[in-house]
Amino acid sequence: MSEGEPESGTAEPELIAELLDGKHRALARVISKIENRAPGYRDLVSRLHAHTGTADVIGITGSPGAGKSTLVDKMAATYRDRGETVGVIAIDPSSPFTGGAVLGDRIRMASNVGDMDVFFRSMSARGTLGGLSTATTDAVKAFDAFGKDKVIIETVGAGQNEVDIVSTADTVAVLVPPSSGDDVQMLKAGILEIADVLVVNKADMDGADRTVMELREMVRMRNDSPSFAGHHGAEAGYGGDDRAAGHGEADESDDWEPPVLETVAKSGEGVEAFLDTLAEHRDWLERTGRLEGKTRTRYAEEIRTLLREDTSRLVGRELDARGGLEEYVDAVMDRETDPYTVADEVLEPLRECVEEHGRGGEDGS
Amino acid sequence: MSTDQEQRTIRCLVAKVGLDGHDRGAHVIARAFRDAGFEVIYSGLHKAPDEIVQAAVQEDVDVLGISILSGAHNTLVPKILDGLREYDAFEDTLVIVGGIIPEDDRETLREAGVAEIFGPGASMEETVRFVRENAPER
Repeated sequence: MSEGEPESGTAEPELIAELLDGKHRALARVISKIENRAPGYRDLVSRLHAHTGTADVIGITGSPGAGKSTLVDKMAATYRDRGETVGVIAIDPSSPFTGGAVLGDRIRMASNVGDMDVFFRSMSARGTLGGLSTATTDAVKAFDAFGKDKVIIETVGAGQNEVDIVSTADTVAVLVPPSSGDDVQMLKAGILEIADVLVVNKADMDGADRTVMELREMVRMRNDSPSFAGHHGAEAGYGGDDRAAGHGEADESDDWEPPVLETVAKSGEGVEAFLDTLAEHRDWLERTGRLEGKTRTRYAEEIRTLLREDTSRLVGRELDARGGLEEYVDAVMDRETDPYTVADEVLEPLRECVEEHGRGGEDGS
Repeated sequence: MSTDQEQRTIRCLVAKVGLDGHDRGAHVIARAFRDAGFEVIYSGLHKAPDEIVQAAVQEDVDVLGISILSGAHNTLVPKILDGLREYDAFEDTLVIVGGIIPEDDRETLREAGVAEIFGPGASMEETVRFVRENAPER
């Protein structure tokens, strides 16, 4: 889909310099390039990496209408009062049919009007499987390199994609609106495991107390259940630290039980306490060495993802050169060949290359 | 060959500026843009010029569509344009205005940097086409 664009890869060093210099337009442009996967974006992101590693990354997720955007707005304002700078990435779904999207989270950012030190960026899930979490990770890097103290990622919690995105964050808060019970039910289906902090927002509404109780009970149940390895389902899934597999009493002291907090985002009630809890979690991560573990896991995963994407692109090129997938499918349909043989055949040059030039050639297969 | 899978999408900010509560037009155009495959950020009602500038700069939109029916376009629109210039965002943002703009004012706005003005009767197709054809190359 490249439309003979002029080589925009030339001005990159300048763009990086401007970003590091604190120019908002440069940050905005870098994020666009990341989102568009514009030519040269990889180079940009690799240059940014050396300047990252100082921002606190916080993920906010929860069902639609839980009040995420409003809470994020108040969080940003509170951080600003404390003298910290904030970057926000708000992710909204896009239409699978046209690719179009209306990104509405910005409307709620009323407390930070005219304050350029709150940099709010809307992103749409552009229908690329997995690609979004890569783009989010890279955008976080841009904010981090720019010098933002806090980076907040906001997304609707609805599935694997969101879980992946949110795993970019050091601390994840899951928002739950009061009552209905159904929301708590929904949480069981995987969202709860990623929560470091649970927040019942709109706590001034009826049913808030009940929801808080139900959540506390669920947290306790989860901790008592021997079937849970460690307390971070998401982390353990990535082969993080499986150390706590036996949920032994010995490490009770440095375990983190997700607290259940109450906020009223609209009025700002409870936001201070919420931010303090986020900071506590961050301290805990650092103290127990889990922050490093988490970061390592994340980088490993990032490298793996890139390798997977790059190899599949390479294979795609080979496939195109051979006239595309369709002919192979025809042959498979006619029982002339089978999918395994096709895969072997297409991969043949790659395999040869690895065996000849790579370091993995020795052990064959 | 499709080796670099660039995913360029036109991004637009649809903005309501000033004390003007008529947002039907803005909603309709936001939906039309979305259906055309654009990513649309809607500002919400009653925004001040700097809010709109902040949003346009941070979101790095290709197109800024200002909807204004209050008659205050001669003051508010230039303020937005100046703000964009301040952040080096004017050059590669296509600024269009929709609403009731008297003929006499149109030239002034164009000279100030507005690319096109869509009054009552302008069709959605026309507007979408204009954006497609004029969205800045970056």
